[in-house]
Amino acid sequence: MQQDLVHAIKSNPKYHELVSKRSSFGWFMAILMLVIYYGFILIIAYAPSFLAQPVAAGWTMTIGIPIGVGVILAAFALTGIFIHRANTVFDELSNQIKEEVL
Amino acid sequence: MRLLPVTLATPLLLLASSAFAQQAAAPAVQKTLNIPAIVMFLTFVAVTLGITYWAAQRTKTAKDFYAAGGSLTGLQNGFAIAGDYMSAASFLGIAGLVYTAGFDGLIYSVGWLVGWPLIMFMIAEQLKNLGKFTFADVVTYRLQRVPMRTLAATGTMVVVILYLIGQMVGAGKLIQTLFGLDYTYAVVIIGALMITYVMFGGMIATSWVQIIKAGLLLGGATLIAFLCLLQFGFSPEEMFKQATIVRGSVDAPNLKIMGPGTLVTSPIDAISLGMALMFGTAGLPHILMRFFTVPDAKQARRSVFYATGFIGYFYILTFIIGFSAIVFITKNPDYLDAAGKILNGSNMAAIHTSGFVGGPYMLGFISAVAFATILAVVSGLTLAGASAISHDLYANVFAHGRANEQQEVFVSKMSTIGLGIVAVLLGIVFEKQNIAFLVGLTFAVAASTNFPILFMSIFWSKLTTRGAVIGGAIGLFTAVALVILGPTVWEEILGYAKGSSPYPSKYPAIISVTAAFLGIWIFSLLDSSEQAKREHAAYEAQDVRCQTGIGAEGATSH
Repeated sequence: MQQDLVHAIKSNPKYHELVSKRSSFGWFMAILMLVIYYGFILIIAYAPSFLAQPVAAGWTMTIGIPIGVGVILAAFALTGIFIHRANTVFDELSNQIKEEVL
Repeated sequence: MRLLPVTLATPLLLLASSAFAQQAAAPAVQKTLNIPAIVMFLTFVAVTLGITYWAAQRTKTAKDFYAAGGSLTGLQNGFAIAGDYMSAASFLGIAGLVYTAGFDGLIYSVGWLVGWPLIMFMIAEQLKNLGKFTFADVVTYRLQRVPMRTLAATGTMVVVILYLIGQMVGAGKLIQTLFGLDYTYAVVIIGALMITYVMFGGMIATSWVQIIKAGLLLGGATLIAFLCLLQFGFSPEEMFKQATIVRGSVDAPNLKIMGPGTLVTSPIDAISLGMALMFGTAGLPHILMRFFTVPDAKQARRSVFYATGFIGYFYILTFIIGFSAIVFITKNPDYLDAAGKILNGSNMAAIHTSGFVGGPYMLGFISAVAFATILAVVSGLTLAGASAISHDLYANVFAHGRANEQQEVFVSKMSTIGLGIVAVLLGIVFEKQNIAFLVGLTFAVAASTNFPILFMSIFWSKLTTRGAVIGGAIGLFTAVALVILGPTVWEEILGYAKGSSPYPSKYPAIISVTAAFLGIWIFSLLDSSEQAKREHAAYEAQDVRCQTGIGAEGATSH
């Protein structure tokens, strides 16, 4: 890519908006996912009895099961949220940049 | 199955341990012909060969061969990604683990799944925008071609071969059990079919085999789970209750299977395990390529979304099947051997359950899909290995970029044959080996070599060729060394006394990944050559392209 095109893109305020929005959102989502996952793993490591208690008195199902399934659902939901935002906000900004500099 | 103290929390390991368990039971394996299974299996092979022929008509350029011409839709690619994930190991292995240990099976499912969202949030957009479709293409964008291609191809080949050996041995054992075929024949058949798929069809055929297989596996697992739940009046609580009673008694149900057991006990192990899982996934060559089989970023994202959904749903199904297996199999003499253990090992729990709730044709269908699953995963891996040889080593290192496309595709096909033969031979040689260690090594290598370089090349402007090569090599050697010095190899394979291993944990990633990052960082900063300055300067243009995708069109046709 030519150097002048790089400078044209980098001097476009929308480029900086795109970069900062995407990276802060991406990292936020990544950290959220890590917190959820490692939260689950650390409970398993440190407090397994917490997960082994029944969901309610008289039940066999333990709260570990809905929590584990919840982590799977959270991974799916977070991916969905990220993609929705990428397909709307990020792509829109990215297209505007392309129109303006190319 | 004895609950292997975990080497690496991947379902693949389960495949490894399954092979082990089956080895132990090998003399007792009955070599009976399962006619419905064989009919189903042959039908599947015929259909996939038809697809390969169809795909071969459409494979004309190198881009077609490696990346299916970027022609798949998001949904199709989502199925293909899910297919890469839903290996026979995760289906049979997780169901088997749930059968053995109950709740602990869920830990595997969860750990395996979260890698995908992380790849999506952190690096997928940048890679897709850059428009490069192998690991080596990405890292040579601004770093020196020859050393980086050589390192990348070496890392990829090590990963692919180690992974292939594990799959071949596991597949051979599985087929030996399912079809009553001799182990050697089973491995040769897998190798021959794999070569055929990859050689003639390339990525288009491999993708379609994955797509169909993923659909069949999802459909089959849904049906089994449905039939299982039918027996419990669609009440999971009833299923859990009966499972605890079967494993205990009416008066004293066994509640241990309902909570965490002994899989992950120390926090350091937990973190290390998570690192290998997530980063190893991002560093696996055949997974990375899946971002490039779709035409644009929207489709790439959509495919990850569908894949995450399919995989998550699939893991919930295997959990249901595993718990149902506890109820149906544990005390059912039809499925127990003379010693009262589950026939052919706990990894057959899902297969037995499918037979119990769905009859012999269901059993045959699931067996055929399980075989096809291994075949498809192995094909994807071989393709990644073949492209490392033809594209990275041949076209870019030996021919210095002067090879034409026909030559490159030719070398790729020859490499496929070579890899297939190597995989079959090693599969036979390693029949009696502990493949758990090979699979562990695979993930450690991918997480410690490919991933740190990939990550730094996208996010860090000061990365230099010297830093990447030295850091990557440090990661590679550290991972290999720690696996050898860890308890799995040191105590279980080399036979030293228990507790004598120099490296106490079975999970090397926390050390080796850190070492790779540190090595890359230090040796990049120490690098003050002219080349390093040019590489710093080139980061700006690369970053702009990673962020916007501008300039990527036209650059993808190599």
